[in-house]
Amino acid sequence: MNTFYFIAFLSIFFSILVISAKNPVHSILYLVLTFFTFTVQYILLNAQFLAVVNFIVYMGAILVLFLYTLMLINLNKDSEPVKSNIVKIAGVLGGGCLLVVLVGCLKQVGVAEPVLLKDPGLGLVQNLGKVLFNQFLLPFEVSSLLLLSAMVGAVLLATKETKSV
Amino acid sequence: MESFDIIFKCALVVVIFLISLVVAMYSTYAERKIAAFFQDRIGPNRAGPWGILQPLCDGAKMFLKEEIIPTNASSFLFIAGPSLAILTACLGSAVIPWGQSIVIGGHIVDLQVTDINVGILYIFGVVSLGVYGVMIGGWASNNKYSLLGAIRAASQNISYEISMGLSIIALLMLTGTLSLKEIVAQQHGWHWNVLTQPLGFLLFIVCAFAETNRTPFDLPECETELVGGYHTEYSSMKLGFYLFAEYINMFISSAVMVTLYWGGYNYPGMDWVLAHTGPTLGPLIGVAVMFAKIFLFIFFFMWVRWTIPRFRYDQLMDLGWKVLIPLAIANIVLTAVFSSYIAPLIVSLFK
Repeated sequence: MNTFYFIAFLSIFFSILVISAKNPVHSILYLVLTFFTFTVQYILLNAQFLAVVNFIVYMGAILVLFLYTLMLINLNKDSEPVKSNIVKIAGVLGGGCLLVVLVGCLKQVGVAEPVLLKDPGLGLVQNLGKVLFNQFLLPFEVSSLLLLSAMVGAVLLATKETKSV
Repeated sequence: MESFDIIFKCALVVVIFLISLVVAMYSTYAERKIAAFFQDRIGPNRAGPWGILQPLCDGAKMFLKEEIIPTNASSFLFIAGPSLAILTACLGSAVIPWGQSIVIGGHIVDLQVTDINVGILYIFGVVSLGVYGVMIGGWASNNKYSLLGAIRAASQNISYEISMGLSIIALLMLTGTLSLKEIVAQQHGWHWNVLTQPLGFLLFIVCAFAETNRTPFDLPECETELVGGYHTEYSSMKLGFYLFAEYINMFISSAVMVTLYWGGYNYPGMDWVLAHTGPTLGPLIGVAVMFAKIFLFIFFFMWVRWTIPRFRYDQLMDLGWKVLIPLAIANIVLTAVFSSYIAPLIVSLFK
């Protein structure tokens, strides 16, 4: 349990650094660390497959692409859009309202009983595969179609310009 | 876990790290000697007999060189880059089974640091993380050539990771497990995976060349276009770390290829040898065989480097996306058809 709180603290700490870092490349690197703490959380939950997939997909692929894009964009103080005071005040008001709502909600919440898994080995690859390909076969296949359509859409968007020229 | 096991595992980690570093060190020597042989030269022959102390001299030189951090570089990330590169290179060795279970002083222990049941995916994850060292170093140098090198490394790694993953999927369909220990154990007695997955192995080795940034895929450090690529601004041991990480990566990826496709520590006549040498010496012979196979692969890496010229960048991307990925998908389909229709048919014919 103490490990959980320590890792959870690290997750929140790095996520705050992500939004407070001045340099966009630094904030991506903090995001990498945040995702790494998520991986550790998955391992603590004995969900090894999810942990490794989070590691490969988020840290190894998506964030590399983020970093790749940010390195190519020249982001510095001169090109950064300056926001007017009205926008800043509106932002502070909106954020404050959200904080009030969150605090109000969390006041009602009690600490739940710790959840005990019936099968602690549920997150292992073998069990996960059996559940995914038997019980949840249709949702699994539908979500794969969704991903495919997103991929086709991305390719279409990328090639549209060159064809018209 | 007994205290003996814990001590043994710690010792194993230290030994594997040492071996990785020594192998990487002597790979630089081997590379120069092999290059010399291919180009009809003698190669390094001054330090010690046959130049055998050359890597030590090179290492000492690296340590003693002046350390330069460019004025406009982001100094923390500039140091973090090579450190990350060598860290991710070393991490992969944790799940590789170096030998069978061995009996030492009455205790049975595995010659593997840890046998997690997602072993292959772990290696895959560590490999995909390897690009951060190059990217961070290249960006932090604040140099256009370094940045271009880093960007090339990133896009190359991402492109070739896909076909690497797809080639592993075909292998997993046959093995039915992600644990490297079980995959090696299944290959006992000439059931080497390369015999059933030749196309998969070919795809894997091409991708391994790309992931380790070796010629013909060493575009990130292409001298003719990018000066020194991502490590243009580096000097002293930080440069040494980058170069070293490449050789460690080569060693680890050779070990992975041997484990996945070439039977790991298995060799013909293994059971006979094991029965005649006992449970302590026998597995050690298996380890020696494993290392012999790894060295053959390292030699192959070097052979290719001094034989095939570097690709052009568009050729590299064409090969990755238009050739390797379709081939890998075809391999998956063929494997599925073979293992679920043709193999049972053949089995029923011979009954």
